[in-house]
Amino acid sequence: MLVFPKGEVVEFTAIMASLLGQVAQTDPFGEFSWILNILFYGVFIAFIFYGQRIQMYVMLREVEGSLFKLKFIKDEGRKTAIETIKEIGKPQTDPTGRVDRFLEYFTIPPQSLDPAGVVWKLEHILDVRDVRLKDEVKLMAPSADDTQTNNLENTLEVAMALNFIYKVIRHYYLLGKKTLSLYVIMQIQMILPLIMREAEAYATALKAFAYGQPIGDGAGALAAAKLMHGHEIRRIPKDNVAATVPIEGRTAYVIKAEGPGGNVGKTGDAVKIIIDENEGKIATVIMIDAAMKLEGEDVGELAEGVGAVIGGPGVDQFKIEESILKYHIPINGIVIKQDIGDNVSPMRKEIFDAVDKAVERVKQVILERTKEGDKVIIVGVGNSTGIAQ
Amino acid sequence: MTKPPRSNAAARISSFILMIIFVTLALSLTALILAITAFSYGNEVVAGYLLLIGFLGVALSTYVLFQARRRIMRLKMEVPTINTTEECVKCGTKNVREFQRGDYVFKDLGPCQKCNDKMLITAIYREVKEKPGA
Repeated sequence: MLVFPKGEVVEFTAIMASLLGQVAQTDPFGEFSWILNILFYGVFIAFIFYGQRIQMYVMLREVEGSLFKLKFIKDEGRKTAIETIKEIGKPQTDPTGRVDRFLEYFTIPPQSLDPAGVVWKLEHILDVRDVRLKDEVKLMAPSADDTQTNNLENTLEVAMALNFIYKVIRHYYLLGKKTLSLYVIMQIQMILPLIMREAEAYATALKAFAYGQPIGDGAGALAAAKLMHGHEIRRIPKDNVAATVPIEGRTAYVIKAEGPGGNVGKTGDAVKIIIDENEGKIATVIMIDAAMKLEGEDVGELAEGVGAVIGGPGVDQFKIEESILKYHIPINGIVIKQDIGDNVSPMRKEIFDAVDKAVERVKQVILERTKEGDKVIIVGVGNSTGIAQ
Repeated sequence: MTKPPRSNAAARISSFILMIIFVTLALSLTALILAITAFSYGNEVVAGYLLLIGFLGVALSTYVLFQARRRIMRLKMEVPTINTTEECVKCGTKNVREFQRGDYVFKDLGPCQKCNDKMLITAIYREVKEKPGA
């Protein structure tokens, strides 16, 4: 009920009815209202029978949009790889054909029906792959030095990953379109945001490798580099460097992949060599690596724990675990948190700052977990692109 | 030594789509003008239809233009600025500059201009400005 200043009292419903009446009277489509009714029922019936199909087309369109972006990223990757090879490698012939062939390379993991010895088989396959890729890069870029060859190999591997992602998404998109199966399309549409995030991360990694910039994954390698810088450095197999560094009255053997080229080294072999050289008389092994953060955690946050902190296909983790088990050596790990995007893109300032904190934490662990005169191994795990020693 | 390119945006709205959008827009605006003329002549039914066509055309072409622009914007990837910090081991003189190809952490840069001691690259990093709400 509404009460006006002059004292009139009017029912609200009466006003609404009056207004609606006026609208009905002035409705320009009044004489065509039957068309609207038919349209309404038509749409209603169409949605009953074709609702799922419409939903499917909406999903397909969404996948198509992402596929378009993936194609753009993939093409940029290929272009960057070719340009970098031409710029650095100064090849006599156009490397485009060879790059295109490289992008289609595949690696078949060993059969694991009988799992005994599968790690060594996997290691062998990975070694063959590594040699093959390096040879290809050397053929494509004859003028590149070792550092540049490593960076080019990483650039091409990123381009290869982008090509693979694009092809898999395209496969499911076309399969969904062909079969008109809601479930095929739905699966790909649901995981698409995560895949796009990964692809975008690889796209930034491409530039980082092409220009030899340190990436987030190199946080562990940078921590080791900071510890070993200024001390005598020796090469140890394969693609690793080690330095003997006195820390808090202990002898620390600091290991990292050889930089500044893009390289992860065979950390498992390096740890085994140092342990064997010291006949197992190692008080503790401390590993530093970058680790995936969960949403809500801060970039550059440190966490501490036990175990072999190392990613990859698992060969190095297996070897480190075998080596420490033989002599019952305790193993500690420090991780620097970051997300997938930060892991492969140029190192963020927060991660760079966290490396100094990680070095301090290593010293703290040494003080707490070992005695003066003990020997410790410190392993900085990660890609050493843009990080010397 | 070369600097990384600042932009990687190769995609643009195709000129064919742009042409269709602008032709539709022009026709729609003509329809609106004709609607006003028809209204002034008292031909309200024709004016109504022209008005409807005009508004629909303007809305459609604006929508297509914004969609095409959004699609292009989605393709653009920001190239972050990478900084290199040069530092003197002895006197601590610091210099922050943009990354150049060939830079790496612990690269020897020769003598310091102040104390003649060794200059090194001590840091290479990118600064990220967090978007609000991200």
